[in-house]
Amino acid sequence: MSVGKSVKRVDAYDKVVGRARYTDDFYEREPLVAKVLHSTIANGRVLKIDVSKALEVEGVVKVVTCFDVPDTQFPTAGHPWSTDPAHQDVADRRLLTDRVRYYGDDIAAVIAKDEISAARALAAIAVEYEEYEPLLDPIDAMREDAPRLHERFERNVLAHSGYENGDYAAATAEEGLLVHDGWYSVPTVQHCHIENVCSYAYMEGGRIVVVSSTQIPHIVRRVVAQALDIPWGKVRIIKPYIGGGFGNKQDALYEPLNAYLTTLVGGRCVKLELTREETFTSTRVRHAMRFHIVTHYRRDGRFVARRLEGYSAQGGYASHGHGVIAKAASAFAQLYDDEAATKADVYTVFTTMPAAGAMRAYGIPQITFAMESHVEDIARSLSMDPMELRRLNMMKPGFYDDFSKNRNYYDSLGECIKKGAQYIEYEAKRARYADETGDVRRGVGMSIFWYNTAVWPISLEASACRLVLNQDGSVQLQTGETEIGQGADTVFAQMASHTLGIPFEDVHVVSTHDTDISPFGTGAYASRQTYVAGMAIRRSAEELKEKILRHAQRLSGVEQALLDIEDGRIVRQDTGEALMTVGDVATETLYSMTDAEHITAEGTQQCKSNALSMGCAFAEVEVDIPLGKVRVLNLVNVHDAGVLINPQLAEAQVHGGMSMSLGYGLYETLQFDPKTGRPLNGNLLDYKLPTTMDHPHLEARFVEFYEPTSAYGTKALGEPPAVPAAPAIRNAILHATGVAVNEAPMTPHVLFKRFSEEGLIGR
Amino acid sequence: MYDIDAIYEAKSVSDAVRLRQEHPRAVIIAGGSDVLIKIREGKLAGAELISIYKLDELRGVSMDEDGTLRILPLTSFSHITANALLREHIPVLCEAADVVGGPQVRNIGTIGGNISNGVTSADTASTLHAWDAEVELTGANGVRRLTMREYQVGAGRVDLHPDELLTAILIRRERYEGYFGRYIKYSMRAAMDIATLGCSANVRLSPDRCRIEDMRLAFGVAAPTAIRAHSAEAAARGAAVCGATVDACAAAALQDVSPRTSWRASKEFRLQLTRELTRRALKDAIIRAGGEL
Repeated sequence: MSVGKSVKRVDAYDKVVGRARYTDDFYEREPLVAKVLHSTIANGRVLKIDVSKALEVEGVVKVVTCFDVPDTQFPTAGHPWSTDPAHQDVADRRLLTDRVRYYGDDIAAVIAKDEISAARALAAIAVEYEEYEPLLDPIDAMREDAPRLHERFERNVLAHSGYENGDYAAATAEEGLLVHDGWYSVPTVQHCHIENVCSYAYMEGGRIVVVSSTQIPHIVRRVVAQALDIPWGKVRIIKPYIGGGFGNKQDALYEPLNAYLTTLVGGRCVKLELTREETFTSTRVRHAMRFHIVTHYRRDGRFVARRLEGYSAQGGYASHGHGVIAKAASAFAQLYDDEAATKADVYTVFTTMPAAGAMRAYGIPQITFAMESHVEDIARSLSMDPMELRRLNMMKPGFYDDFSKNRNYYDSLGECIKKGAQYIEYEAKRARYADETGDVRRGVGMSIFWYNTAVWPISLEASACRLVLNQDGSVQLQTGETEIGQGADTVFAQMASHTLGIPFEDVHVVSTHDTDISPFGTGAYASRQTYVAGMAIRRSAEELKEKILRHAQRLSGVEQALLDIEDGRIVRQDTGEALMTVGDVATETLYSMTDAEHITAEGTQQCKSNALSMGCAFAEVEVDIPLGKVRVLNLVNVHDAGVLINPQLAEAQVHGGMSMSLGYGLYETLQFDPKTGRPLNGNLLDYKLPTTMDHPHLEARFVEFYEPTSAYGTKALGEPPAVPAAPAIRNAILHATGVAVNEAPMTPHVLFKRFSEEGLIGR
Repeated sequence: MYDIDAIYEAKSVSDAVRLRQEHPRAVIIAGGSDVLIKIREGKLAGAELISIYKLDELRGVSMDEDGTLRILPLTSFSHITANALLREHIPVLCEAADVVGGPQVRNIGTIGGNISNGVTSADTASTLHAWDAEVELTGANGVRRLTMREYQVGAGRVDLHPDELLTAILIRRERYEGYFGRYIKYSMRAAMDIATLGCSANVRLSPDRCRIEDMRLAFGVAAPTAIRAHSAEAAARGAAVCGATVDACAAAALQDVSPRTSWRASKEFRLQLTRELTRRALKDAIIRAGGEL
């Protein structure tokens, strides 16, 4: 019965001693090395590539260019496949491209005997381009005369969607309403997982095997097959331990090209490992977005009608596409409740930037920064307590969404706010810091957020689980869901142990995913695994338990209905007597001369629900105005993620998310040269990922309302922690200085500009 | 994998000088925290290297008979920070060395490499410049001595002859005795970063601590090399220890720099930092010297 306990991670020992193996740890012999030639223009066309000098470099085995690869177009997003063509992802990628759509696009590749030969060959390739203007802003890219990145998308708009709940025009016609109108912008950021994007591929038995650092092995198998236009069964993907993904590896990245390259060298093993710089500029990023929000409200603070316009910078390829800002628009409608109307129009627009895909919390960090800045400013203009204004307008218990069938069963937001405010002493500090003067000022701020769990009903939610009983009563647990550092394997083992009634240590999780062996699952994204895999694990565990007890009845002669499993033993419930161990049942049954059976259970569970997972953050900051610097003194996130399966791992998830949001709010932005579209800071020195020295103590708190739709009462916690800190910090800066900053990150450059505009600098 | 054509290991200073003459194309490598990065980036791909890293005769800090502090170039940043002589006489240099990169870089990186790369952001260069340090260069024809100003020729360039090696950094007694300093590195994050602006100030106060007898101020990242702020220094010399003097020096410092706008920072922001860091560094230096503000 280990659910709810902070048991030690199943992979802790191997990871600490360095025994856990990652993609780069497996080669049996030296693989060939592939390197990609990336474009040095942001927008244009490759006219000619001269590889003759590259071919002369010693150690070069093969050079392939955009003019050599098949013309197959394929989608890359890590979404479950849809058999309905109308819901399939946009297929706009080729293995290598002559139409360059961002600075760093893939135009050729070299296979060589080692890294140095490959690098030398890349340097020896000469490229001629026809160049068009870079497009770095989604609104600018919608210009009638802007060059089109993909012919079939007019004005570069990948998609536009919207909704109008109620009658916005009629609602806003009411006399006497106050109006707040603001524009907000959030940057392009990169996931910065520790392990760079890495794979290797070889052929065996006429099939292609790709070992990759991915979050989504089953989806990557499908995409590789689509890209190479071969039957899906011809591809096998193996995913060992991975050093983080945060959504970047929820896309097929270089696996299709890697698979193609091995076919060019007779199936020899080819390794394709990206540098950190390539990971920054040629994989995926989080969408930069611009939002325009207008709120019509009453003097008492009640929102009557709100309007959202949003523009999402997609980069050069569709990847996850419009789903990201569409999710942001859902949060806009649901986090707050409007008396009369809510209207939104959101656009996803191709730009000449790295393709934006999934990144931890999928559009919600973006909209929450905008929305929570906006709401805070309304509170300020009304001289109202920001906590009160939120309480007045936020989603109420009992809220029901007809589309997702989500219900807000509890007052999660209210309870989270209460806990957060108490921890940070919000009310006392609001008062204490109300009239700060001088160069260095302090303030407190808050933010609430909305999130949900998994992707139903937009996409498929199904997960499979296999349990295999060993002779000693222990089990192997396999799911289609992946361990990517978050601790999934551990909580899966806890769930299986809980339902089966066997000790946690007796659940052996098969961590490596191999599409030839692992049951089907779509992988780590959408904070879905604990929720969705939980259902599959419970189903298979119940089935396995039923089989064990059936055999126990056969062996003991005691009615099955009277039997249960406790701590690995078969127990009579009426007397409490332990009759035998699960191991006895397994061994007797496996070797039975009359009733031999290998006891296993396997099944797929489809999930047709989706749970709200909400919470808040509070921040306390100290602002050094003349230096434009913010020091975060104190930061707390409070989550209602339902019942915590493993409180210590939950806390760790929250810490990581808070760190990301701290970076989002104050430090991180991938910058581009406006003239050439070249990324300026795609490395870990110039891209200012905050260091441990830049972090305050991170406090994680929880409200544990049992989620009724969930197998173990739990719901999303993977992504939500990355949402609320940035706007809470923004609002604390406002409290400290009186200056509203509507763009993230709030770097010293931005703060210096804003403080100068507001007269705090240069008096 | 690093694209290195050849590596020659020097056995002594004279051996290094000989290798320099034999392999004029070769680059000197000490800790490698800059050279290896340039090789990886491709800027020095295929380079020949002369390694001086094993020359223990070039490690450590000592005091000459005349009181001159002699800092040997292969002393790592962390050893500079921990050195007792420096902590006693120029603690600000220990502080400057302690804000370079992160712990790993400070263990491998050397003070000689820091100033010989000729980069304006080198955290120890502005402080050495502010303390009137000199460098000793050993070549086939003997030893030359240059001031920091003479040594730093331009961005990425130092006045090191093709047969020479930096063999010591010297700070004379009259240049440090009675002086107290402060170095402020302004960077976008608290560690693992390069300076947006580095400001190193030091003062010597009158015996009653009411007057500034001497003030020296240097900036990193305000020009292609570390520079001294002569207008600010002139404004301080002989002035009373008071807030107005500090403000006057901060204002004067703006005359000594001519920053430009780049994607890394705007001109206006750099000027703001120049003024504000001068104010803060000078104030701290005065307080460390026993002055009251």
